[in-house]
Amino acid sequence: MKQDTCFHCGLDAEITPITYDDKLFCCNGCKTVYEIFSLNNLSCYYDFQNAPGATPKEIEGKYDFLDNDEICNKLLEFNDTKTQIISLYIPHIHCSSCIWILENLNKLLPSVGQSTVNFGKKTVRVTFDSRSLTLKNLVKLLGSIGYEPYISLDDYDVGKSIIDRSIIYKLGIAGFAFGNIMFLSFPEYFQVDGFWLEQYKPVFRWLMFAFSLPVVFYCAQDYFISAYKGLRSKLLNIDVPIAIGIGVLFVRSTFEILLNLGTGFFDSLTGLVFFLLLGKFFQHKTYAFLSFERDYKSYFPIGITKIYSDGNEASIQVYDIKKGDRLLIRHQELIPVDCILIKGNAFIDYSFVTGESEAVLKESGDKLFAGGKQLEGAIEVDVLKTVEQSYLTQLWSNDVFKSNKEHSFTSLTNSISKHFTIAVLSIALIATSFWLITDITKALNVFTAVLIIACPCAIALSAPFTFGNILRILGKKKFYLKNASVIEELAKINTIIFDKTGTITANRETKITYDGSTLSKDEELLLTNSLRGSNHPLSRSLYNILNTHNIVTLYSYKEYVGQGIQAKYKSNEMKLGSAQFVGNTSEKPTLNTTVHISTNENYKGKFTFYNAYRKGLSNLLNKLKIDYDLAVISGDNEGEKNNLTKLLPTKTKLLFNQKPEDKLDYIKYHQTEGARVLMVGDGLNDAGALAQSNVGISISEDVNVFSPACDAILDASKFNQLYSFIKISKSAIKIVKWSFLLSFVYNIVGLYFAVTGQLAPVVAAILMPLSSISIVVFTTIATNYLGRKLE
Amino acid sequence: MSVIYVLLAVSILVAIIFFIAFIIAVKKGQYDDSYTPSIRMLFEDELIIEKSKKTILTKKD
Repeated sequence: MKQDTCFHCGLDAEITPITYDDKLFCCNGCKTVYEIFSLNNLSCYYDFQNAPGATPKEIEGKYDFLDNDEICNKLLEFNDTKTQIISLYIPHIHCSSCIWILENLNKLLPSVGQSTVNFGKKTVRVTFDSRSLTLKNLVKLLGSIGYEPYISLDDYDVGKSIIDRSIIYKLGIAGFAFGNIMFLSFPEYFQVDGFWLEQYKPVFRWLMFAFSLPVVFYCAQDYFISAYKGLRSKLLNIDVPIAIGIGVLFVRSTFEILLNLGTGFFDSLTGLVFFLLLGKFFQHKTYAFLSFERDYKSYFPIGITKIYSDGNEASIQVYDIKKGDRLLIRHQELIPVDCILIKGNAFIDYSFVTGESEAVLKESGDKLFAGGKQLEGAIEVDVLKTVEQSYLTQLWSNDVFKSNKEHSFTSLTNSISKHFTIAVLSIALIATSFWLITDITKALNVFTAVLIIACPCAIALSAPFTFGNILRILGKKKFYLKNASVIEELAKINTIIFDKTGTITANRETKITYDGSTLSKDEELLLTNSLRGSNHPLSRSLYNILNTHNIVTLYSYKEYVGQGIQAKYKSNEMKLGSAQFVGNTSEKPTLNTTVHISTNENYKGKFTFYNAYRKGLSNLLNKLKIDYDLAVISGDNEGEKNNLTKLLPTKTKLLFNQKPEDKLDYIKYHQTEGARVLMVGDGLNDAGALAQSNVGISISEDVNVFSPACDAILDASKFNQLYSFIKISKSAIKIVKWSFLLSFVYNIVGLYFAVTGQLAPVVAAILMPLSSISIVVFTTIATNYLGRKLE
Repeated sequence: MSVIYVLLAVSILVAIIFFIAFIIAVKKGQYDDSYTPSIRMLFEDELIIEKSKKTILTKKD
């Protein structure tokens, strides 16, 4: 560990060193957390991982809505007079120290009984005694040690959700039956004749039959259902031959043991279902800590402060807000409904909704839209519309959010299965008619044998194992896909549309240039110190790029909301802010963000903020332009147009001032023209476009923070690798096709046995697992080779 | 009654016991989180001084 980083959170502690207990801290918040831990003998927290903590944020008043019992009841998983259980989502959970401290919560709060962390989901489930601890205090304590839970409208009433574990049950049952039937068929495999075996044959056979019942009627039911649905919509999907295969296997085997003709194929039957389910399970990789289904609810607060006519304040649920209510929106709170500003200075950040990077100033009487974030101070507003009817939430009533994009699931497999099914059926019919002429006793035998051996187990496994593996490889590269079918879609893309703000520009960095007369040492000192006191985003980013100076106490400091800062130190008085505020009226209005400075009423110059584009952007786009149509579509103004045209390939289309609906319609229009669109966006304002596109990728600086509903989440640091990610998805398709070929070879070998009427159960029992396993091996090796190449 | 029936019955009984154990494990949610327990089992005696205050454990399942 470096000497000058914070012992608690690992951030740079050079600027404002605070020492306590011989340890260095970056701020008082971190120090307080350390004090709490060491007082309670919990300093082991720092042993598992260096600097595991987070700086606690100011949360006073933020959780007042937890005073409302109705809201609490909705959040709690279990509630009786003395015990309450709640699951809280804590984004900061990231290491073993986090697990340790959260599971030892009762050392800090004796009222907490048990706390269990789910690391994958980043949740902690806390059981506590509600007589001595309220939910609000629990949340506050978690906040004070840097583990602030995230509670949003999305949590409302989901405390009692049921987890679907049916795939694990089915897999377990199929595996259990498969193993037992294998043991029971062993005597017959070796064809040992004799009195002993003959006597017990029926017992063994009927036991196998009993084991196969749950496999056919429970484990395999999805295949029958899907095949039925496919046939009803006149589609020969891959589940049709599978269902035929399973059905014929079961019926023929049952007849064989009934009529004492042979052992049947129960081993192959259960093995087949087991392998198929295994493929399904493998493909079903989910990133528990990510959500691909978010809508506005994940961003919205659950409760808000209402001011009654008698001046009393109380928390109410967001859904209970009625037209005409008076609400109090605090510092950094999200406005949940459309409303009119009544009191206070509103400085609203609409970047969620519109994608505009700059916050806007509103005066009383102005209309405020839901989804804006109040940046400075508290405001009072009158409600115009309820939550569901607000401007932002109405976007979600668009049809794209209702239709499910999964219709083309495993389309590659299904397109092959159509021809495959027809071919198999015709082979079966031809072979049967041939045997009907030559040897009528064998005809039925051959017919069923063809259907059994042609059951496309290996084909059905190719895609799940290939895509499942690619999904994992990409996940390691911080490109998280919602499911395997996204890979297929990604390979088919021909148009790529980027959002501007936050997608091709980096949120964390801005390029700032200074234009004007040089500042003296004293002025620079004054400038940095006055910026230091301000929480305005522009002040913060400007402060970060300036050279650090000594910290001095300013003589006077005043911040005018939405206008600027006035500060005085020694003989100098400095104003910084908008052109008007500084007193420069001659300045022409530009589209770029600027901060002007004057000292003692003498105009000095201005800082201009430019968007900083992500590293490797033009390199990436130049690679992409060869194969794809490109477009950049932005909710922002045209201020960056010149910059962008220089950076982007010449044929790239540029569109500015696009509302969320415009983006959606733009994509829709291109899709009707035959384009398959990949949309890369980031904010809620792109949500419609991401849902409408064939593949919607959401860029995220921190994948633990929320991103809108999408098909894939890409870590911003890997943005420049997008091209290789698309390429790998194309290679994945190739692998699947090769493994199709491989499984055809097996099918032809099997068909030879079947058509000639010599398919013994042992041949089927060897051929089926062999083909499945070799497909799994082939796809695993091939995809891992691809992953290796990516590095 | 031949011994083979006894053997078969016993072997299947054992298999079914394990099978039931598996079903119970899934039902209790042991397969929901496959990562955290692997870390949790490494925590043991980190607490240097145990506090004398006893907490009221109200476990509820």
